[in-house]
Amino acid sequence: MAKVTVDGIEVEVPNGSSVLQACEAAGKEIPRFCYHDRLSIAGNCRMCLVEIEKAPPKPISSCTYPVADGMVVHTDSPMVRNGRRGVMEFLLINHPLDCPICDQGGECDLQDQAMGYGMDHSRYAENKRAVKDKNLGPLVKTVMTRCIHCTRCIRFIAEVAGVPDLGATSRGEHMEVGTYVEKALGSELSGNIIDLCPVGALTSKPYAFVARPWELTKIDSIDVLDAVGTNIRVDARGPEVLRILPRTNEDVNEEWLADKSRFALDGLRRRRLDRPWVRRDGKLIEASWSEAFAAIAEKLHGLTGDRIGAIAGDLCDAESMLALKELMASLGSANLDCRQDGAHLNASRRDFYTFNTTIAGIEEADAILLIGTNPRREAPVLNARIRKRWLNGNIPIGLIGTETDVTYRVQQLGHGPVVLNALNEAFAGKLRNAKKPMIIVGQAALARPDGAAVLAAAWRLAASVGALTAEWHGFNVLHTAAARVGALDLGFVPGANDKSMAQMLDGGVDVLWLLGADEFDTARIGDRTFVVYQGHHGDAGAARADVILPGAAYTEKPGTYVNTEGRVQRGLLAVYPPGDAREDWKILRAFSEVIGHTLPYDTIDALRKRLELVNPVFARIGFLPRFGATDQAGPAGDPVALSDTPFVPAIADYYQTDPVSRASPTMAACTATFATTPLVAAAE
Amino acid sequence: MLLDKDRIFTNLYGLHDPLLKGARARGDWDATKAILEKGRDAIVEEVKASGLRGRGGAGFPTGLKWSFMPKQSDRPCYLVVNADESEPGTCKDRDILRHDPHKLIEGCLVAGFAMGACAAYIYIRGEFANEAKVLQAAIDEAYAAGLIGKEACGSGYSFDVFLHRGAGAYICGEETGLLESLEGKKGLPRLKPPFPAAVGLYGCPSTVNNVESIAVAPTIMRRGAAWFNSLGRPRNSGQKVFCISGHVNKPCNVEEELGIPLRELIERYAGGVRGGWDNLLAVIPGGASVPVIPKSVCDDVLMDFDSLRDVKSGLGTAAVIVMDKSTDIIKAIARLSKFYMHESCGQCTPCREGTGWMWRVMTRMVAGRAEVGEIDTLDQVTRQIEGHTICALGDAAAWPIQGLIRHFRPEMEQRIAAYKARAPMPMAAE
Repeated sequence: MAKVTVDGIEVEVPNGSSVLQACEAAGKEIPRFCYHDRLSIAGNCRMCLVEIEKAPPKPISSCTYPVADGMVVHTDSPMVRNGRRGVMEFLLINHPLDCPICDQGGECDLQDQAMGYGMDHSRYAENKRAVKDKNLGPLVKTVMTRCIHCTRCIRFIAEVAGVPDLGATSRGEHMEVGTYVEKALGSELSGNIIDLCPVGALTSKPYAFVARPWELTKIDSIDVLDAVGTNIRVDARGPEVLRILPRTNEDVNEEWLADKSRFALDGLRRRRLDRPWVRRDGKLIEASWSEAFAAIAEKLHGLTGDRIGAIAGDLCDAESMLALKELMASLGSANLDCRQDGAHLNASRRDFYTFNTTIAGIEEADAILLIGTNPRREAPVLNARIRKRWLNGNIPIGLIGTETDVTYRVQQLGHGPVVLNALNEAFAGKLRNAKKPMIIVGQAALARPDGAAVLAAAWRLAASVGALTAEWHGFNVLHTAAARVGALDLGFVPGANDKSMAQMLDGGVDVLWLLGADEFDTARIGDRTFVVYQGHHGDAGAARADVILPGAAYTEKPGTYVNTEGRVQRGLLAVYPPGDAREDWKILRAFSEVIGHTLPYDTIDALRKRLELVNPVFARIGFLPRFGATDQAGPAGDPVALSDTPFVPAIADYYQTDPVSRASPTMAACTATFATTPLVAAAE
Repeated sequence: MLLDKDRIFTNLYGLHDPLLKGARARGDWDATKAILEKGRDAIVEEVKASGLRGRGGAGFPTGLKWSFMPKQSDRPCYLVVNADESEPGTCKDRDILRHDPHKLIEGCLVAGFAMGACAAYIYIRGEFANEAKVLQAAIDEAYAAGLIGKEACGSGYSFDVFLHRGAGAYICGEETGLLESLEGKKGLPRLKPPFPAAVGLYGCPSTVNNVESIAVAPTIMRRGAAWFNSLGRPRNSGQKVFCISGHVNKPCNVEEELGIPLRELIERYAGGVRGGWDNLLAVIPGGASVPVIPKSVCDDVLMDFDSLRDVKSGLGTAAVIVMDKSTDIIKAIARLSKFYMHESCGQCTPCREGTGWMWRVMTRMVAGRAEVGEIDTLDQVTRQIEGHTICALGDAAAWPIQGLIRHFRPEMEQRIAAYKARAPMPMAAE
């Protein structure tokens, strides 16, 4: 530790800290543009100048200067004030000062710091520089004249996102940030450069000229478009969600947000179910809630429980899934399933289906094996954590599955599960020698006929390389659906004598209740099955439905979600559901009353009490304790069944994976831009 | 005045064979093995005692710089020779490179050995095509003769010398910008600390030295620190190659003792100022980046680091740019401003934005199309750049203008007044 005196305040900071960190520890605000906690240090904006006694008699950039014991720092001396004022003047001479038409206005670092540290007038009478705008694809809008060359975006794209797409060309005042050859940013994390940009050079293309920050209500929520459980802030004006931004959570997403989660929000305004519908004579007819309920009640009348079934979708909150499960139980049915993709997830023990190492734990790992997963597509934010660990060095990473660029170097060990029987000896040795090895199993490895065998084989491998110890749990399942772990925690799976999803679809039930379930081929549903679709988008499930009950999307209801780690998190209601749509648990509660099996909760608090009773994990919000592997016994599965069929990627198109993103024009534009197979050019 | 027997660069004018045979005749590679046998510390101590200061411009004591290299290192260490001579007015290294390359190569071996380096990288200015050819030929000869490479000079010490050609950016002559460029990246100067002696080329301990500093090292070792120290003045010892250009009758490079009076230097070697000493207007004594000094200062200033610093200028690279009374001094300095604007790397704010601003104001100053108050603004702008940047290019861009304002403010005001008299304020349209 080093003792540093900042403006007379003595603080102790770890050796190797920068002077800027010492100043922050002393509670002094240091203006900065290029410095960012999570990026490498550039030291090029020169805004963070401070004066250090017994150092060269000139202002020193505090972000780059290491502390020394006994250092005396002044952050508000005349030298420092003049230095900052000078730098601010230089930044502004070529900045267009078009704040009234700039989307960054009101949340602009340059604006704020110019107020705090700048001069009150301009002395620059020459012509200002103008820079041609760049096209960085459908997500990031550029107004490059506003750029102050802090290079945060370049560093983020190179370091965190791990794609070599951004750089600076030319030099001096002609320096420009861009892609050199015009192309769309090929990263699933590209939206974060909008947050990082301290000025309005990089702004959100879909959000351009939409709103001012002070017009928005800001509500904390949880993202559901992948299974990471990214903490988000939903910015809304009136009934519309206009923007989604990440919130800092060191354990989950640090401060990053994946592009789909950030930009798919225009899908929340399109193809919405805003009133109940009932199919009569083959056509869906608008109906009232009571008519819709009556139609279902009529169909249910006289049916035994084993002819009724329910499937929960990928975006559901735990509350509605519990309500549905208990509604089904009151009807005598335990035909439940949440594994739409047919993944052989084993719900018998929690550590068989969660990401046990935890996302923050990735940073401690010293060897990683990826089985049937492409984390870059399935969980971009989590992938950034793996890349961060990889950048720290000394970590072998192996991949069994489709060859792909995951933004860090992986050793390709094979394509199909049969490789697990005879793992590359050199890599197996690395896993064995590692103190904290990690094995990550993706949904592509489980959603196939030999999925149970793959799960069992992966667990056995984990046990054999010492990944399962009392201190370290290195067995991980990476989910793609935000609702999945919550559903498994609630036991939303069929018992041994109940009907599985496949059996339900093959005519095993007469009434099938789909709670936001769209991710399977609805043509598989038996012709005579009466389908109730409860959800928020007119997607696959609604098209097949006989009764449609309009529900609420994730921004429109308070909901509890469990991420792939098993972390229970809660989102709040940001806007109200459109039209007659209602929160999902309330729909189920109302329907239960119609059929005379009233569910025993009238408020969401009562329902949440019930959640805790069903599974105590729901009592622990946000916090997730680390735990080791206490029981070495693995999930059941026949190792002989491992086939040599290669894994097929779980996500074909990252940008359109769920009803929200499929309804989003922005995501459609991304799909068109980043289509893996190039569009065939029209003939002449 | 430097006697012929004390000259180091005896083939500065290329009158003799620049290659190995001629170099040996001039005494190069003579008992180099014996020098190395003195040991690392002895060489560093000898160079320290000689008082040799870096010849690239900053004048940092060379021996001290070498001593910063780690004594023990688990990583390789490198010597990097800065032959990216781009400072306007300077052409001393060029003559060393093409006429006396073996002095440099032998210096690389001696200096590299003294700092425990396994290789020397010579970063040569891209425009020096022929110089690079000669130097490469000399390196190849030295390898063939066993002077460098494995068992250099039979000393048991292995040492490689690599030549790397730059691509024409002034900023790559900055110590750390050069390292970046050498690594194949954009030549953006690095943040210091860490200094190259800790984290330099490819992340390994490195020392960057000017060509001239390295080339004089073997002679210092042969003739001793006391001899070198006897030349020049206290704290400014030794000889130096001066480059005299501009309005003189015979522009030339010449090796002289440090501390020679400027007037003597110009009159003895360069044939005097065009039209006589009284026709002198001003001199830039150390390459484009040091402040200009007017004739009144030139009359009796001595050419060494400390004397020039005392008159608020600097020795820099000892490139003496002479300007007689026919010179438009404002235009001359404006041209330098344009140069620095063009060569700014664009990394840090004050230099990127400030150099353009200064050049634009200077262009108006040339015509007089400005207000008198803007001279003060300009001076303030130079001070907002100076000392606020990552590397010294910001300082280099600011100093010429500061020198101009310090010594020629009346000319600037006159120019403005003349413009106003010529072009009265336009009437507003009705």
